[in-house]
Amino acid sequence: MAKDSDSTRRLYSILVPTYNERLNIALLCYLLFKTLNDLDVDFEVIVIDDASPDGTQDVVRQLQRVYGEDKILLRPRAAKLGLGTAYVHGLKHASGDYIVIMDADLSHHPKYLPSFIRKQLETKADIVTGTRYLEGGGVHGWDLRRKLTSRGANVLAHTLLWPHVSDLTGSFRLYRKPVLEDLVKACVSKGYVFQMEMIVRATRKGYTIAEVPITFVDRVYGTSKLGGTEIVQYLKGLLWLFFTT
Amino acid sequence: MKQVFKFFGVVGTLIATWIALLLSPELSPAFRLVVPYLPVYALVALGCYGLGMVGYGLMVFPTCPEEGVLLQKDIDEAKAFLKQKGIDVATQ
Repeated sequence: MAKDSDSTRRLYSILVPTYNERLNIALLCYLLFKTLNDLDVDFEVIVIDDASPDGTQDVVRQLQRVYGEDKILLRPRAAKLGLGTAYVHGLKHASGDYIVIMDADLSHHPKYLPSFIRKQLETKADIVTGTRYLEGGGVHGWDLRRKLTSRGANVLAHTLLWPHVSDLTGSFRLYRKPVLEDLVKACVSKGYVFQMEMIVRATRKGYTIAEVPITFVDRVYGTSKLGGTEIVQYLKGLLWLFFTT
Repeated sequence: MKQVFKFFGVVGTLIATWIALLLSPELSPAFRLVVPYLPVYALVALGCYGLGMVGYGLMVFPTCPEEGVLLQKDIDEAKAFLKQKGIDVATQ
């Protein structure tokens, strides 16, 4: 708990896994620096790029020239290796005691970071997770089918798992570093299930979780996918968590 | 305790209560008529609850079209900044 005292300034490490996000990563960095410089907090952005063929890493290097190599860290990997290991990789290079994870595709807006940080300071929670389904939150850009799938998935997960968290598959979260290190070791799922597994295992391990409302704008540039394969994968993951947590 | 045990603990308790009711001798005849079908009612009720929750969730689904507009403004601002700094973000 000593880490919570404000006598030493806290450092926030923001982990952003990317794959072909050349434009989005630049836009995201601009918005991150704009928000966090106003807030006067210490932070670093760690970009974990899985060998994007579109030159994402070139753009990050140009951003480093503008914002500084101590502020934007490029920690690439040799191939597309999955989300869980991306966080493990990023954590190795993170100097902060608090880790933010967010998507690079602008569906998570940096303007909510101050409310994550404030909530954590108020509640001393181990995890602050963004939720789309509480007052003040919301989604933009989903058709009826996407909404129906999301609500169905949510009701099913709540009936089977009793997770005490309103938004299980959201991936905009603030963690204490040791908590994220512990969880990421325990989690094996992929895709949508990974974020659900992280938060369900966190509740089972007794970590404290606070929620803040966020809005989610489905990706503007690029495509997001939710097909039959993802749904089957989700159902399998749900059962896996039902039997193993 | 694993979730699967908690879950079937609740289910088991319900089934045990039902069997106790089935076997109890001092039930009124009207009640005795209903008891054998209680599991069917329970399943139907669970299904209705599920469908009801999905339907209600859809009805009150929080949307934020204004956020789409705000994000577009932020994107334009960011693009102007990147252009000014000479960062090339054009995608092929």
